[in-house]
Amino acid sequence: MGFFSSGFSGRARSDDPALPPGQYLTESFPVLSAGPTPRIDDNEWAFSITTETGVVHAWNWEQFRALPAEDVTTDIHCVTSWSKLGTGWRGVSLDILFADVDTSADFTMTYSYGGYTTNVPLEDLLGGKAWVAFEFDGDELEPEHGGPARMLVPHLYFWKSAKWVRGIRMMENDEPGFWEQNGYHMYGDPWLEQRYW
Amino acid sequence: MTETRALDGNAAAGALLELFAMDVTAASGRCDHCGRVCVLAETALYDRAPGLVVRCRGCDEVLLKLVDNGDRVWLDLRGLSYLEIAR
Amino acid sequence: MSFSPATIVAAHPETPGARTLTLEVEGWPGHRAGQHVDVRLTAEDGYTAVRSYSIASSASSARLDITVDRLVDGEVSPYLVDVAEIGDRLEIRGPAGGWFVWRGDDDGPVQLIGGGSGVVPLMSMIRSHGDAGSTAPFRLLHSVRSPASALYYDELRQRAADDAHLEVRHAFSRATPPGWPAPPARLDQATIEASVFPPSEAATFFVCGSTPFVEAVADWLVDAGHAPERIRTERFGGIGVSP
Repeated sequence: MGFFSSGFSGRARSDDPALPPGQYLTESFPVLSAGPTPRIDDNEWAFSITTETGVVHAWNWEQFRALPAEDVTTDIHCVTSWSKLGTGWRGVSLDILFADVDTSADFTMTYSYGGYTTNVPLEDLLGGKAWVAFEFDGDELEPEHGGPARMLVPHLYFWKSAKWVRGIRMMENDEPGFWEQNGYHMYGDPWLEQRYW
Repeated sequence: MTETRALDGNAAAGALLELFAMDVTAASGRCDHCGRVCVLAETALYDRAPGLVVRCRGCDEVLLKLVDNGDRVWLDLRGLSYLEIAR
Repeated sequence: MSFSPATIVAAHPETPGARTLTLEVEGWPGHRAGQHVDVRLTAEDGYTAVRSYSIASSASSARLDITVDRLVDGEVSPYLVDVAEIGDRLEIRGPAGGWFVWRGDDDGPVQLIGGGSGVVPLMSMIRSHGDAGSTAPFRLLHSVRSPASALYYDELRQRAADDAHLEVRHAFSRATPPGWPAPPARLDQATIEASVFPPSEAATFFVCGSTPFVEAVADWLVDAGHAPERIRTERFGGIGVSP
């Protein structure tokens, strides 16, 4: 590159070694979206897991909120290069949601109200690595940040944490979701800087 | 509070100019999903994302996606049946 | 066409919150009234930010002027308005846009409606109209908060006084100039209807400003009987948090 605009620094950033390569620290919480914000009432909300054989496990809002939830503090990394450390969430672990799901498929497609999709290997959703989150920073998750509920898969780039989550579909083979179809990496490990194909 | 409001296709003119020999924001496109025809400049554009997303104002379906990583550009036009461009 | 290097060769404040920068770009092909450029800034650590700014200068001049409004939470605009100096470099892509453009070869009536900094591309059209000696009937309705924030206020009043084919109206939403005949008021459908060409004129409309402004005005125009296909819009986004 070697070109710079004298005196321009942009948003406050830091060279924190705790950050993955190419990332900048932010204090704000940028809202990124690929479409209009869906407005889903609690009484119409549903979350389902559909296996490769077509078996459906579903929860309405009441059933979902009756599941054991936990507080999660974690770092998040967006592919557009901002990172936020120590973010606080509350959600239901995918381990609990998958507890009674009988599947031999290795891959999943998360899908959202509004049509967004993103693919994540099943093993990256289990083992305490992922949640369906309904609170951020002690408050109800706002629609613009993915409320009523969103996926939280913080060990991957944040486009893999689908907002307005509606369900998960098991897949025998890995298939690309919304951004993965157009250049974004199938896996998305920020520490290996897996941003693009 | 804050709401992500869509821009319109005018804001994609610069990015598309790198790829097309002519300005395409004045081109008409047909939404492959609902059949609505409109000028690209008047479509809903979301640019606060890991890429540009252009959506039909009639049905909200995606018309066009553009991802630019600095070295390569991915352009997805599946949502458009066609683009009609006047010289 | 990718980004080209550009140098700031002149700068002057327009209002306390806005500044016009003149940019020199090698091989600049000129522009059409209403077009914009994408501006890219690069920080020393390689971080980049890109924003679009409408070209304010006349299409018949070779000058590339952009007028930048400082956004409170902005990342790029505070730099361009308060920090950048003559001699500083940035990168430009464009001129871009072929829809929200006044070509000048048409002498039909043109109604321009701008909200705040949405007046910038409309100013290019007005300056181009003036330079070309065009007889196309031009009307501008500029909706602003106060006289202090009204971009190009004096120049617009002067141009309207000198040009029989240009009418300029201002609508003030928070504070009016001394002696103004009406109290400040938000723009509404009735004011729009009273200020613009009637539908029978089949004017071409150019509406520019924040997304909420543009959508409200466009809806009012259609409700008032103006043909939707004659209304061209350019949205500058709305209230939002930039990354």
